Amino acid sequence: MDDYNSETDSDYASYWRDWFISTRGHEYFCEIDEDYLTDRFNLTGLQPEVHYYQYALDLITDVFDFDCDDETRESIEKSAKHLYGLVHARYIITTRGLQKMLEKYKKCDFGRCPRVLCRSHPLLPIGLSDVAHSKSVKLYCAKCEDVYSPKSSRHATIDGAYFGTSFPHILFQVYPALIPPKVNERYIPRCFGFKTHAMAALARWQEEQRANQDRRLLEAGVEVRRVESETIGDDSSSDDAS
Amino acid sequence: MDEEESWVSSFCNVLGHEYFAEVAEDFIEDDFNLTGLGSTVPMYKEALEMILDVEPEDDSDSMGSASESLSGDPTYRRSRGHQRTASDYSVIESSAELLYGLIHQRFITSRQGIQVMYEKYLANHFGFCPRVNCNSARVLPCGFSDTPGQETVKLFCPSCCDIYVPPNSRFQSVDGAYFGTTFPTLFLMTFPELDISGNGRKDLIASSSLNPSGGRRGARDTILPPINGIPANNIAPGLGKGKKYEMRIYGFKVNERARSGPRMGWLRDKPENLEELDEFAQYGGDAADDSDSAISEIEDDGEEDEEEEVEEDDEEAEEGLAYGPGVGASAVRVKRERGAKREEVAGEVR
Repeated sequence: MDDYNSETDSDYASYWRDWFISTRGHEYFCEIDEDYLTDRFNLTGLQPEVHYYQYALDLITDVFDFDCDDETRESIEKSAKHLYGLVHARYIITTRGLQKMLEKYKKCDFGRCPRVLCRSHPLLPIGLSDVAHSKSVKLYCAKCEDVYSPKSSRHATIDGAYFGTSFPHILFQVYPALIPPKVNERYIPRCFGFKTHAMAALARWQEEQRANQDRRLLEAGVEVRRVESETIGDDSSSDDAS
Repeated sequence: MDEEESWVSSFCNVLGHEYFAEVAEDFIEDDFNLTGLGSTVPMYKEALEMILDVEPEDDSDSMGSASESLSGDPTYRRSRGHQRTASDYSVIESSAELLYGLIHQRFITSRQGIQVMYEKYLANHFGFCPRVNCNSARVLPCGFSDTPGQETVKLFCPSCCDIYVPPNSRFQSVDGAYFGTTFPTLFLMTFPELDISGNGRKDLIASSSLNPSGGRRGARDTILPPINGIPANNIAPGLGKGKKYEMRIYGFKVNERARSGPRMGWLRDKPENLEELDEFAQYGGDAADDSDSAISEIEDDGEEDEEEEVEEDDEEAEEGLAYGPGVGASAVRVKRERGAKREEVAGEVR
């Protein structure tokens, strides 16, 4: 970041992106490279999505020098955040972006899976829609392959489209060594130590589905990594994969 | 020592103790309910006294009538005259917490306690399932083990039949054994018609008035016929087709043959036709016979709380647990109606 920042806006951080990603609630975002933002090709189609597109882009790239009243400034600020989010969704599936997000993933910046049997596996942000303003950001657990709502309400206001629906899956396609082994262990509800029939029947059915899938994959010659269970605190499997 | 706030209610008001129900005093006073706890809890008597607020004050004169109601043991009362040290006090305090937790584990599986927990459930005291496809279904506190000191409290989501870590770290200090492994299961068996999916929550709050006589407590209008003893809409409503997350890249599903492809679908799966789960009907002939026998089984709805029957005889046991002996007649009626409805629906499905 040795760029041409104008020190004119006193009440804003000198680097808009630095400020943006360090804001509370924006912990999931990574910093988009300057040259990615300045390449117009990467911004194709975003112009109609964002009001004050040019000003917003200037603000993000720290070349904003437009004198305006506070109200306009505020809406430009809002547009800039939106634009940043939309570019972010594109950026994080590039090689560079994946690396940055991977670092955050390893640091558990996105939190840990609330499911007990996932043993606090780190999560990844995901959108359930690629269209802006439709759904807030969710968190994907690679271990149980399910999506969860962030526990903090400050993340509930972040648009899921800023991360996109494909990001975690592309990450694991690019870094297949990071795919955690899948765990067969499951929770069995019990009453005074006895399983209840309805739940046990469902569990039997589900395990049959799993066996069927394993058989299908075996026939297709695909390796399946499953472990019966994991002890608590056994995070080594996910760490040494890198 | 009649204070406005008893030890029990002040314990339940501590930050992080939001999941606890206030155990009724008469439940604690009944020695039968405390069987076996004396050997697991250190300083049992003192701890019990503390829970029941019969702790002596500095001057022995102020020992109220409450203490007499608890222990008529004269030797014990004499020994209490001397002052306790602060370290004693903290040991008793932690023993009291352990004892209360273990009593709580038993209380919430009692008829009275489960009603208290039911109200807490309706008041959203336990929070919601973090899983997106569960639609914020309410969760129930549970333990991973019934032995204290092993695991902290977890949350069971009846909608996806899985357990989760409470979202707030203040619950990390609450022992899971204080809720026990049985409670969520027994809760669902006690209120089989409760809408456990996240969808109808508003209706539920509206009709949350408790009806101890066994009426339809917060139930939906349409209850599907039971499969394996549970109304079909209450078998993991958050699972199955449309409720399963499918990994997609640029809108295309990732094939299971891909190295990074889906492998955990089974965990969130459920048959589209729930009758597939009725193993008895699958192996033992046609479903019509089965539903007939289900109705006749209910009519001798005599037994209650026979835990040993849960696995083998789940239909009977669940009915017993669900309605109890006092409401047997209405249970039979409801069941008859449901049996009739089941045949209609079964006809549609085929």
